[in-house]
Amino acid sequence: MDILSSLGLIIPELILAISGLILLLVSAWGGNQASKPVSIAACIALGGAFFLVAPGVCAGVSGPDTLAFFGQMRIDAFAGIAKLMISAAAGAALVVAPAYFDRLKAMRPEFAVLVLFAALGMSIMVSAADLLALYIGLELNSLAAYVLAAYLRDDDKSAEAGLKYFVLGALASGILLFGMSLTYGFTGTTSFTGINAAISGGLSGGQLFGLIFVLAGMAFKISAVPFHMWTPDVYEGAPTPVTAFFASAPKVAAIALLARLSLEAFGSQAEAWQQVVTFAAIASIVVGALGAIGQDNIKRLLAFSSINNVGFILIGLATATLAGASAMLIYLVFYVAMTVGSFVAVLMLKDAEGNPLETFGDIKGLSTTRPALAWCLLLIMFSLAGIPPLMGFYGKLVVFQAAVEADLLALAVIGIAASVIGAFYYLKFIKVMFFDEPVDRVKGTSDWAHWALLLISTVVISPVAFLGTEWLGNLTEMAAAALAIAG
Amino acid sequence: MTGLPILSLMLLVPFVAAIACFFVEAKLARLVALLATLINLALGVVLWANFDVGGAQWQFTERADLFAGFQWALGIDGIALMLIMLSVFLMPICIGASWTSITKRVGEYMAAFLFMEVLMIGTFAAQDLFLFYIFFEAGLIPMYLIIGIWGGDDRIYASYKFFLYTLLGSVVMLIAMLWMANEAGTTDIPTLMQYDFPGGAQTWLWLAFFASFAVKMPMWPVHTWLPAAHVQAPTAGSVILAGVLLKLGGYGFIRFSLPMFPAASVDFMWLVFVLSMVAVVVTSLIALVQHDMKKLIAYSSVAHMAIVTAGLFSFNVQGLEGAMMVMLGHGLVSGALFLCVGVIYDRLHTREIDRYGGLSINMPRYATFFLLFTMASIGLPGTSNFIGEFLSLAGIYKVSSTVAFVCTTGIILGAAYMLYLYRRVAFGEQKNADAAAMPDLDMREWLMLGPLAAAVLWMGVYPESFLAPMRNDIAALDARLAGVAPAGDANLEIGEPLPVEEEADHGGAH
Repeated sequence: MDILSSLGLIIPELILAISGLILLLVSAWGGNQASKPVSIAACIALGGAFFLVAPGVCAGVSGPDTLAFFGQMRIDAFAGIAKLMISAAAGAALVVAPAYFDRLKAMRPEFAVLVLFAALGMSIMVSAADLLALYIGLELNSLAAYVLAAYLRDDDKSAEAGLKYFVLGALASGILLFGMSLTYGFTGTTSFTGINAAISGGLSGGQLFGLIFVLAGMAFKISAVPFHMWTPDVYEGAPTPVTAFFASAPKVAAIALLARLSLEAFGSQAEAWQQVVTFAAIASIVVGALGAIGQDNIKRLLAFSSINNVGFILIGLATATLAGASAMLIYLVFYVAMTVGSFVAVLMLKDAEGNPLETFGDIKGLSTTRPALAWCLLLIMFSLAGIPPLMGFYGKLVVFQAAVEADLLALAVIGIAASVIGAFYYLKFIKVMFFDEPVDRVKGTSDWAHWALLLISTVVISPVAFLGTEWLGNLTEMAAAALAIAG
Repeated sequence: MTGLPILSLMLLVPFVAAIACFFVEAKLARLVALLATLINLALGVVLWANFDVGGAQWQFTERADLFAGFQWALGIDGIALMLIMLSVFLMPICIGASWTSITKRVGEYMAAFLFMEVLMIGTFAAQDLFLFYIFFEAGLIPMYLIIGIWGGDDRIYASYKFFLYTLLGSVVMLIAMLWMANEAGTTDIPTLMQYDFPGGAQTWLWLAFFASFAVKMPMWPVHTWLPAAHVQAPTAGSVILAGVLLKLGGYGFIRFSLPMFPAASVDFMWLVFVLSMVAVVVTSLIALVQHDMKKLIAYSSVAHMAIVTAGLFSFNVQGLEGAMMVMLGHGLVSGALFLCVGVIYDRLHTREIDRYGGLSINMPRYATFFLLFTMASIGLPGTSNFIGEFLSLAGIYKVSSTVAFVCTTGIILGAAYMLYLYRRVAFGEQKNADAAAMPDLDMREWLMLGPLAAAVLWMGVYPESFLAPMRNDIAALDARLAGVAPAGDANLEIGEPLPVEEEADHGGAH
């Protein structure tokens, strides 16, 4: 394994890194008028990374050939699927951003650069096979994300969101780092496979502490209960395109990383973390559902919805089986589509001057004034609620199937019963749009790119996508299998 | 039998029409919807005509490996055939009932109804566990919209209640289905119907399915969503809710609970009996004091459905056949009664019983139809419900005379509240001038009520047409239950025949 073959494996990351650096220079000298070409170039870079990763995913690459940099990174199909979702979600954020920021005269080229670096960080995260690579990727992503949250620096809410995100994110990183150092101290290695071998005989007290702290740090990053408090504030305060980005790509990255960490590094002691994950799953589902009920701000509601969804994804992880990991990936695919779709739809809610509308009061009777938008949102909301025949249901089906196969019946029953609480506020969304008298505040028009993204998301979650489940199931199964033969 | 995938076609026609309805204006949307439902009715007739009575248990089967984890598997037996016929028969009538009363967002309304038809037929035709669940559960979406957008004043509360109640019931069933698929290694419903699940697990599975079907049915005490939903839904919504959606619960029992978990079904027989007995009496008494016509009929539906559940859990051929006949008869009769309410509601815009009176004077034709359906609801011989109620009660009596006694009381109470309703609406003096000035049925209403009346009489006079396709399937179910069916408490003994000579003499004298 020489350095050249390692470099060959990480070409997608290299593209992101180099284009990020070049575009940074371009934006430093080009000024604000460079923002459009920089955005386009960033989209092309993400697209390039996407298409370079895709063949490996379709082939289901795994095994020792995928190791890069002496075991620091693993460029396998599992990471590949996550990278596809990350690139797609980051690309979507870039597409919707200009329309939002132009109105505020805040569109600057560094937005695209920051998204690129965040995507790079996430790519490293999902490929990490060593605690150090993990941390580098995580921080690269986080640093870009902190800046993105505070991107509208004149706006109090955005600045507050950035600060909150930074303080709590730094705290989480600290906890994670502490856990990693404990793990290193008590196992003598930072590589995932090494840790797995070291703890295969049983967990010592120090190792258990390390594991718990690492999990707590990761729970912050995926905003699982009880480490979710930052999410509603940050999601509400951050500019909407940034929120759309936060709710999709970093979630995918952190969850994929958590899955790899749990199954590869701590796989031999699954019982030790299964309880923790189970608790986090149930708590996230319930708190996400209950917290959303009283919300009037749509972005805040979607923040709670994302907490709720993370809970369902964690059910897949709680099984500690490969079927569970595969189910998580399937859920994530539809979660990304639903998140992108719902946030794009929120971005399309504008009054005649283009000011964003974000409360339920603004979208009353949307179905009569804007039927196409309202029907797309209806499908997305029913999908989020997990009502068949929409694909949100399929995601839940596979996750619960994995749970039932792993004999976690109680978890499955509690989880699915709590999903009914969640259905309540998704129904509220539909009730406001369809049953209430129209107020006709949404008058702004949106460009074709928004419509295209919304339609793509809607098609992905529509029953048509059932036809693709076989293909998707194969991909995720191969990806999950790549985790198993990591040794 | 042709190679035509007729069941898929029956799903496709309303589906395509529903999509089309979104994009056309009101007038055309009505025509498209009517045309699509009539085509489906014609396809249904073809289906019935080609159904081989006494042939294979599962006919018109289609199978396509399209999805991961489950299949596009369709096929029907006689039970499903009858319920599909009921759905396709009621749908054109529903479209007709909405012809003039729905004026806002007509395209979306028609689309919702057509989607509803797709999902209902799909539910009855699905031969794969998860495909069934998808169709079964997806029905919530159009019904939620129908109640919420086009319903009455309190529609939002009603739509929420309907949705969340039924959803909570169903999700637990999904977990049970996942467990079954995992245990049996297949999602094929005919295979699962023959699979013997371990005894302890059957209890839990039965309870999980019961949670869903009891809410759908609805059984006392989880029936409270029904009056709210019925009262607030537009007329056609009530017709389809009472006519077909309530039958999903009964269909679920006969397709899943009984054949898949026979041992648990016997264990819980008394639970079902007790709930049914309470429901028959309590909801009948509640119906007696209603001032709202739709609410009254809604409560009467709960009472009728209780006869169905009791009949199903009597584990014998009469009870099962009777339950199916009550379901079919009730589908027609309650649908027709809601239409009758709709006819006068369209004229006076109130469902308050006291606002009407003496309608037989100014609306004689209407009063005739209303009388026929009232009598059918009571279960008068010669009408559809008599056959079903008689068979069910005969079946129940074989198992328990107490239950049969209580359920029969319900029938008497049913006569009381229906006759009382009819007396207040159609007879007596014409105390309200505006009600007295209402015109009689027009052509459209004739066309809606006429076929229903004919079907009610047909089912009452010659039930064999409807029983024949189901006979083998119910016999198969009875055979499946034979090992566990409880002994009855009546213990009839065949008595000694009287000496025959006297009678022979008597005969010879003539």
